[in-house]
Amino acid sequence: MSVEITGAEITVRCLQEEGVSCIFGYPGGAVLFLYDELFKQDKVKHILVRHEQAAVHAADGYARSSKNVGVALVTSGPGVTNAVTGIATAYMDSIPLVVISGQVPTAAIGLDAFQEVDTVGITRPCVKHNFLVKDISELAVTIKKAFYIASTGRPGPVLVDIPKDITQQKFKFSYPKKVSMRSYNPVVKGHVRQIKKAAELIVSAKRPVFYTGGGVILSNTSEQLTELVRLLDFPCTNSLMGLGGYPATDKRFVGMLGMHGTYEANMAMQYCDVLIAIGARFDDRVIGNPKHFSNENRKIIHIDVDPSSISKRVKVDVPIVGSVGDVLTELVSLLKADKEKPDQTALQEWWKQIDLWRARDCLKYDKDGAIIKPQMVIEKLYDITNGDAFVTSDVGQHQMWAAQFYKFDKPRRWINSGGLGTMGFGLPSAMGAQLANPKARVACVTGEASIQMCIQELSTCKQYNLPLKIINLNNRYMGMVRQWQEFFHGNRYSESYMNALPDFIKLAESYGHVGMKIEKPEDIEGALKEAFELKDQLVFMDFITDQTENVFPMVPGGKGLSEMILV
Amino acid sequence: MENEAGALSRVAGLFSARGYNIESLSVAPTEDPTLSRMTLVTVGSDDVIEQVTKQLNKLIEVVKVIDLNDGSHIEREMMLIKVRAVGENRSEIKRLADIFRGNIIDVTDKSFTIELTGTRSKLDAFFDAIDKSDILETVRTGASGVGRGEWVLKA
Repeated sequence: MSVEITGAEITVRCLQEEGVSCIFGYPGGAVLFLYDELFKQDKVKHILVRHEQAAVHAADGYARSSKNVGVALVTSGPGVTNAVTGIATAYMDSIPLVVISGQVPTAAIGLDAFQEVDTVGITRPCVKHNFLVKDISELAVTIKKAFYIASTGRPGPVLVDIPKDITQQKFKFSYPKKVSMRSYNPVVKGHVRQIKKAAELIVSAKRPVFYTGGGVILSNTSEQLTELVRLLDFPCTNSLMGLGGYPATDKRFVGMLGMHGTYEANMAMQYCDVLIAIGARFDDRVIGNPKHFSNENRKIIHIDVDPSSISKRVKVDVPIVGSVGDVLTELVSLLKADKEKPDQTALQEWWKQIDLWRARDCLKYDKDGAIIKPQMVIEKLYDITNGDAFVTSDVGQHQMWAAQFYKFDKPRRWINSGGLGTMGFGLPSAMGAQLANPKARVACVTGEASIQMCIQELSTCKQYNLPLKIINLNNRYMGMVRQWQEFFHGNRYSESYMNALPDFIKLAESYGHVGMKIEKPEDIEGALKEAFELKDQLVFMDFITDQTENVFPMVPGGKGLSEMILV
Repeated sequence: MENEAGALSRVAGLFSARGYNIESLSVAPTEDPTLSRMTLVTVGSDDVIEQVTKQLNKLIEVVKVIDLNDGSHIEREMMLIKVRAVGENRSEIKRLADIFRGNIIDVTDKSFTIELTGTRSKLDAFFDAIDKSDILETVRTGASGVGRGEWVLKA
């Protein structure tokens, strides 16, 4: 009979067994025993954030920038309601997280106790799964299941709600090596016949295109993808979530597609005859109007681990359910063995067409003005970091410019809230990325509106000496809102002007960081260099940018991919 | 699905979150107390039904989903209907219950309660046959269904 330990100790031991070295959280009444156990050990480092939303975003950034499951710990009631935005963000982008929340003691559940909310009920629609631990005998196995569910199949956040009395009770500890669940068996291997069909279709293609998404990043299969694309010499586009899945500096890369994708990527999507979609979901920001998209005849191959992503918005001809890695490996070996090759003359014609589209130079902008163009800041950031930084972003115009102008050659370097579009994501996710990659350069591209949604984390950055570089593209507007108001609401800038902005330099300094204000285009490069030379310090760079700059190209809502507004 | 607290609300939540309709839903534990079986009636195009099935399969506590319309199946629903029964009306209602093979399971001097089992359309037909103003109360279980013959749904 092994020694009995408390539920709190069991929980911490489970984290140790999972190899978790860093968690993000905020203490409170219901999790006091858990925090007491964290205090007594040093294997699991705890990062104290300033708001629970940031705890989850930071765990999320940690997970995205590494291959680990991110872990957050929050208290009951407001602790968990604050965390909901973070959880929903991770859910929409399929990020593996385990969120542990405190709950009022089991005897008090349902009695409207102090700091009680129905956590399982509130989070149910935005988690992959959640648990309320009602018996200490189930605590360890529940945490094991949480890690297993979060990290397998299509990943996602899993929440474990632990009542306070469970953390106090005692039980013998044994951590299961593995769990099996009859109702959860994610598919790994793709159907062989379907993969064969895909290979045949690929060989018959005259105007092919690869469209890949976050699934390639999450499954760590960018190498297989790169091999496949190069083998075939087909064009490749990435969704916002898929950037870095294929090297952006490769000539076969036609840029990001979608609402603010490149002209060539969107046109190739619209007019291809064989579309190979991998780990992507044809969402509304990607293909625009699905009816318009279906006007053109093309065959679609769709590889995804989640069957419900297939034929959801667009009817697919060759569905392949399976882990992207397994399917791609299989596909590459089939195509290598195949004597038939795609029609090279047709492929050359197709590339010629794509090069014509490319020649439109859809991302061009005025580089000669006296006011800083936000695009130029991103281009300089790319140059100075040799394209090798971890770049997180908030949500809006700056996010799109970062996606368009920072050429990501490696996966997991681009970290943004693609699905939910959560302002406030950038700074805390950068903290997570920095903690997961202590030696790497981490930049947070943000705007003066987004940054204020989690600005309190500047304090956390000071506490843990996180030398982030914050690139604040300050145009005094909620830029994307302003852009839509200009295009679709008769220039009525309703509540989108950011009045009464703080002096960001002084603000950064008051937190103990370095602040810089950059107002002229010729100062961009020098300032960025200087900032990155300050290796041990967070630098808040306030770039005063052109207020009227818009993101182009743009596929307006409800329009088709070939109906872009160009500069 | 797993016979666990919260499993039902996951299914119900999925339907409301994704804008699917639930026409009826009936659920209870099976001979294996760790498993519950649910029969859910919904309407939608083939594409919608495909999505509903996939989404249900994604729920961690759902063990297996079948579309009973994929094969030949039987379904039954039970209804308890309390009707006003006074004077001549008493024998009339008794006769009607017999025609529908219902059982009168509670009798007072003013009312009958009839137990009626059948397909949904049979139960609906009973409404058409009876004078609506005589109905005091109705409660229906929703359909339960099972595949015919060898077609078996097992975890």
